Amino acid sequence: MSVSVRKTYKLYVGGKFPRSESGRVYQPAGNTAMNVARASRKDLRDAVPAARKGLATWSGSAAYLRGQILYRLAEMLESRRDAMLQELRLGGATPAAAKRELETAIDLTVWYAGLCDKVESLLGSQNAVQGPFFNFTTVEPTGVIGVLAAPESPLVGTLALALPVLAGGNAVVALVSEAAPFAGLALGEVCASSDVPAGAINLLSGRRDELALQFAEHRDIDGLLIGGAPDAALSAAAADNVKRVRYCDLPRAAWGRVEQLRQLAWVEPFVEAKTLWHPVAP
Amino acid sequence: MANTGKRKGRRERPDLTFGGVWDYAPAPESTDHVDVAERYGLFVGGAWARPRSGKYFATMNPANGRKLSDVAYAGGKDVDAAVAAAKKALPGWSRLSGDDRARYLYRVARVLQERAREFAVLETLDNGKPIKETRDVDVPLAAQHFFYHAGWADKLDMLFPGQDVQPVGVVGQVIPWNFPLLMAAWKIAPALAAGNTVVIKPAETSPLTALRLCEVFMQAGLPAGVVNVVTGDGKTGRSLVTHPGVDKVAFTGSTEVGKEIQRAVAGRGVDLTLELGGKAAHLVFEDAALDQAVEGVVRGIFFNQGHVCCAGSRLLVQEGVHDVFVRKLKRRMGRIRVGDPLDKNTDMGAIHSREQLQRIRELVDAGVQEGATLYQPECELPRGGYWFAPTLFTGVSQTQRIVREEIFGPVLSVSTFRTPEEAVAKANDTSYGLSAGIWTDKGARILWMAARMRAGVVWNNTFNRFDAASPFGGFQESGFGREGGRQGLRAYVRLGAGLLPG
Repeated sequence: MSVSVRKTYKLYVGGKFPRSESGRVYQPAGNTAMNVARASRKDLRDAVPAARKGLATWSGSAAYLRGQILYRLAEMLESRRDAMLQELRLGGATPAAAKRELETAIDLTVWYAGLCDKVESLLGSQNAVQGPFFNFTTVEPTGVIGVLAAPESPLVGTLALALPVLAGGNAVVALVSEAAPFAGLALGEVCASSDVPAGAINLLSGRRDELALQFAEHRDIDGLLIGGAPDAALSAAAADNVKRVRYCDLPRAAWGRVEQLRQLAWVEPFVEAKTLWHPVAP
Repeated sequence: MANTGKRKGRRERPDLTFGGVWDYAPAPESTDHVDVAERYGLFVGGAWARPRSGKYFATMNPANGRKLSDVAYAGGKDVDAAVAAAKKALPGWSRLSGDDRARYLYRVARVLQERAREFAVLETLDNGKPIKETRDVDVPLAAQHFFYHAGWADKLDMLFPGQDVQPVGVVGQVIPWNFPLLMAAWKIAPALAAGNTVVIKPAETSPLTALRLCEVFMQAGLPAGVVNVVTGDGKTGRSLVTHPGVDKVAFTGSTEVGKEIQRAVAGRGVDLTLELGGKAAHLVFEDAALDQAVEGVVRGIFFNQGHVCCAGSRLLVQEGVHDVFVRKLKRRMGRIRVGDPLDKNTDMGAIHSREQLQRIRELVDAGVQEGATLYQPECELPRGGYWFAPTLFTGVSQTQRIVREEIFGPVLSVSTFRTPEEAVAKANDTSYGLSAGIWTDKGARILWMAARMRAGVVWNNTFNRFDAASPFGGFQESGFGREGGRQGLRAYVRLGAGLLPG
């Protein structure tokens, strides 16, 4: 048989692969034969409660288990190497660039896998207060975090922003690269075979112009990590429920430098320090 | 089996009233060692300046409604001058060695300790809170913040190992009226320790201790322009937080204004920390030490007249002990001494302002209209000034305004729960998330409950404790960023990790 079986590029929400409820698709530049799901505002609204459910499972799991699941994600990326390279090629990468990007993605995933059960030790503390009190600070996930992928890098642009958020115990709703959504969406297939709980990672594809503000305005999204330059309209809309907002506007080359992307400081904005007091008495 | 409210084998002690014949004799703190100037200028570039606005406004003593002093009103040009002064001082201060910055901060802490009594009296005069609290809480804690952060100034590399630690730059800070000196201290001290310079705006109705703090800075020889104080109203605050010369904004105040500020700085590359409102749940389980819990609940809501963002304003009592607990609480409320804030026996002082008193009255009226049962102990309130009796609402439901809105006054609402799960659900049924309190004798339950509270500070078998080493700040719409501890210092440095602020 000389006719290949093509893949339909669908969303990844709550552990399932739905089409957009709107029935809309779009053809990324240079791939006019491909119909990629074009998520609507309603798709985002469906993804958020799915993420809320995923958050309960993900943040309720032991940090060690979360680390093992992310490590499994790296294993699956490795074992699906050929498929992922093909997705990256589809997005316009040269064979060498695709290979480099996949290496970076695997490297990062392993690094953040090992960070999961260190976050509390690194960002928490025991505090010497006056008086007979035991006082300590733990960190907990902020909640459901929206990730707008950095367009410079189809796979790492999503993963490098989603991983620190996940390592902090949060659930993610990510909008993958608009121009090259293939590798980003294929991450869903990797997650689905990695014991990532349904809803902990949700992936949408579509027009960033159409959806970004919906992310910012959604009152059940607790924070935003945005690949790209600061955008006053997004940040202002995010204030409605006091979202934690950060932008990651790195030059193109930086998305290929693993050491630049391994950042405890990217976990920090999306964890909440909680301080407990208890009296000490005989 | 649920406790029926009567504890077997134990009778409650009779109420000892002595027929009202053993009254407390007045024990007022003297004020003769505290000079209040007729008029205060702005503190800009290390010196007192007349406001370019040409305007002054009065600050009052809430306990008698009389004017204490006139204070300069900082207009746009005054804020410009203050930011310029901070910017000018920035290179010198940030390049100064951590050891030297530490030395200055230690000096400030020491001078503040030496002048503690003066500050306590002045704070009580300007704010209306009891001298017992300014003397034992506000002023010592303010000094601790300078001393604690002094010790970080020369150890920043230990705090963020292997990272490029830089100060943020010029910091604009806006603080509320409920802890005027303490808020100034816990905002200024970490900023200075990390090498930033500061322009701070105290609250319109309580500016005097922040202005007197400038005298401390002068005595300590702090370089000119490192801290600048601009007094004024909300408009002054807006000029400051939207000023293009400001690199970081730190705000403590209402959630409403916090959101305005977040919108105002949106996308401008300005670092932001917000410490906003709260509506803390205070949970009492059947197995708690009830008499201690009563003390904790009283401390939780009546401390500082309830003008506390982390006040334990929603009391949730496990059903079986509700009746006995409310009975004990009412009796204890009858012992709260409301009156002259300068009297060393006073437990609850004056409501801070006419506006605040109106807000409290409005919400209390709403509580009555919505069907909750009001209780206030017999309590003689002084004449003149602004006063409100300790207030308790029973029979409340989760949807009432007194349960949902921050009252910022001595008003407590009580409802019940049966299971820990229900307690968690009710406690978290709010968009705020600043603090929570838990009373139970069971250690495992404390940790289980505390882990589920969506709140930045959880007090277990205690309430309303503060310390410079202990991070303070909220989840959700109570804001972001912490103050105190190493987590607090993080907000005053940039680590060059490639993330930009929202």
